[in-house]
Amino acid sequence: MQFNIEVNNRLIEVRKGETILSALYRNGIKVPTLCNMKDLSPTGACRICVVEVEGKENLVTSCSYPVEESMKIKTHSPRVVKARKTLVELLLSNHPDDCLYCERNGCCELQDLAIDLNIRERRISGKKSRHKLDLSSPSIVRDPAKCILCGRCVRVCDEIQSVCTLDFLNRGSKTIIGTAMARDLNFSSCINCGRCVMVCPTGALHEHGYLDEVLDSLNNPALHVVVQYGPAVTVSLAEEFGIKAGKDINGVINAALRKIGFAQIFDTAFGADLAVMETVELIMQRLETGEGFPVISSCCPAWVKYAEQFYPDILPYLSTCKSPQQMLGSIIKSYYAPQNNINPNSIYSVAIMPCLAKKFEAQREEMTHKAISDVDVVITTRELSRLIKMYGIDIQNIDPQTPDSPFGTRSSAGKLFGTAGGTTEAILRTLHYRMTGKELNSSKWHDLRFVSGIKEIPVKIGGKELKIVLANGLTGIEKLVEGILNKTINAHFVEIMTCPGGCVNGGGQPFKSGDKDVKARTRSLYEIDEVDTIKAAHKNPLINELYEKFLEKPGSDKAKQQLHTCYTKRDVLL
Amino acid sequence: MENRIEILLEKYSHSRRDSLIPILQDIQEEVGYLSEEAIVIVGKHLGIPTSKIFGLATFYNQFRFEPKGIHHIQVCHGTACHMLGVVSIIEIIEKRLKIKAGQTSRNGKYSLEVVTCIGACSQSPVISINGVYYSKLTAERIKQILEEIMGE
Ligand code: SF4
Ligand code: SF4
Ligand code: FES
Repeated sequence: MQFNIEVNNRLIEVRKGETILSALYRNGIKVPTLCNMKDLSPTGACRICVVEVEGKENLVTSCSYPVEESMKIKTHSPRVVKARKTLVELLLSNHPDDCLYCERNGCCELQDLAIDLNIRERRISGKKSRHKLDLSSPSIVRDPAKCILCGRCVRVCDEIQSVCTLDFLNRGSKTIIGTAMARDLNFSSCINCGRCVMVCPTGALHEHGYLDEVLDSLNNPALHVVVQYGPAVTVSLAEEFGIKAGKDINGVINAALRKIGFAQIFDTAFGADLAVMETVELIMQRLETGEGFPVISSCCPAWVKYAEQFYPDILPYLSTCKSPQQMLGSIIKSYYAPQNNINPNSIYSVAIMPCLAKKFEAQREEMTHKAISDVDVVITTRELSRLIKMYGIDIQNIDPQTPDSPFGTRSSAGKLFGTAGGTTEAILRTLHYRMTGKELNSSKWHDLRFVSGIKEIPVKIGGKELKIVLANGLTGIEKLVEGILNKTINAHFVEIMTCPGGCVNGGGQPFKSGDKDVKARTRSLYEIDEVDTIKAAHKNPLINELYEKFLEKPGSDKAKQQLHTCYTKRDVLL
Repeated sequence: MENRIEILLEKYSHSRRDSLIPILQDIQEEVGYLSEEAIVIVGKHLGIPTSKIFGLATFYNQFRFEPKGIHHIQVCHGTACHMLGVVSIIEIIEKRLKIKAGQTSRNGKYSLEVVTCIGACSQSPVISINGVYYSKLTAERIKQILEEIMGE
């Protein structure tokens, strides 16, 4: 049912049952919010969204108050503006004064509010909170002194990610956000997905940055510094430079990285092609015996840690294939290095990822052998944009270049790893060839694209029906895993992506981008695939060459040694 | 300890979230504090993440997360004691014993707890050590008391 209400002396049409805030937004009227989160129920905690309703003594929180017939609302009356201003001043009263050095300087919601409300002086002064930084996690830094207790991280971790690492601890002025037994993050159940970083309005949760390490290595003449970048990075970086969301600037990134001084530039999509070859081999072997299904993807390190902690019984089903980042890292040091007479110890291998969990993955002990790590350091899309700015490179004015050999060609299937469902699509293309000996007529699998939530999808290959399950995000993941364990869900392949939408929406991606931007990145990946000539991993000539010269064949002992791993139960407080 | 907690949980065999606080109170009564182990067991029993149990427990002053020390000092922070300067008494204790309210010293000898009014307002400021009350405290007197227990 629809009816009219009056807002700022103008009539607007609203729907029965919706909140004042949603009605205002739909009608293009902007009211600031802090604790409110799209798709989650309102808590009314911060009160920044207050408006004046005629006949009501107190201001009401528009995010939680439903519209009522013949309401008269003022969204920016002097009383409302004054109240909002006081609230923000209170939030600032005990806030550290180090904006200039803050990770979020320039893209902080608290800063924006202070500017919008014209706060020019500190009128209210409180005791500064003196909580120590939590630097324990390789992915995320917690700075409780900057926390304004909006609770968004707690809710995203509980309600979207199903991990429940965080909660409000203590009471009153001593309240902070923390983990069970107030442990440091690295010893908690956190899976490093970074969703909390993406929703934090201030710098209280931010990524653990490694730009200094990268700069030091670039300036160290004894090191041979190589770099790889994830598939989602090339369709996301543009936004950091004010270019339209979804624009692919792969070539420009190659050129910029070369200018910065990286010795060799590689595309992680090549690693993805390798991952396809190995995963398909694994599935083929299991098809022969019909046992060991489902094969569950393990390319998302946040999901892997989730499984290790919450469902160790599911680990035997996880694909033993390392992720594309680690596979490429591994062959850089074991194949590229000797081929070019370089000591693997003097290679410093950098990965640029859309992801915070990849930082954790690179540091896992399984990923280091004889003191040589597959990947030495991981930086994010955001850190890459800073690096480019630091070197004064004008990306609008450089000519695109290509990546380096011996991994200079990738298939567009490898590129699809950047989006939810893409990993499966890439695998099916090669699986089809392996099962039938024939190439696909059309390489598109529409059912696997833009899937929301968890979905079972049957596919036909040759005469055989295979069952695929896609989990786009971890919401509802318990049901899926339990279903697999008690055999009520029978599938051949299960793809699980921790970030809703997949890596295009990862925790290392540009801040302040909306759903539309994320969709644009995904569409861009599909467009790249549309026009590319090599659409499947097994058709990548350099992949075949790598097997001929070094890895022998998929699943060989050599391949197992370099490209596979296994995971074990992890004890943390759940 | 695991056993003691499990026995205790038997009487809550069908309960859910709303019995969380009584369960935690029982455990504290029985064991003296809420250990990490206890929180994990309760979490499994009720199907609640440990972060949520810890969050709730830290909301209330009554729960402690470390075992009591040999000398357990309770300081009253009711209104009357506050007015008569108990805050500086707490500071003296914290400084001398090198522990904060809610903590137990590393050697397990001392623990400090700040409690709301213990009902001896006419005697403010007042503390108790292992149940023995010391009233109308001054800075001098508390220092003396601390020397005594530390000398033992
Ligand atoms: S990174 Fe993910 S799992 Fe860790 S606290 Fe944040 S939302 Fe929770
Ligand atoms: S979905 Fe991608 S970006 Fe997100 S945690 Fe997993 S690997 Fe990282
Ligand atoms: S946004 Fe409405 S109360 Fe926080």
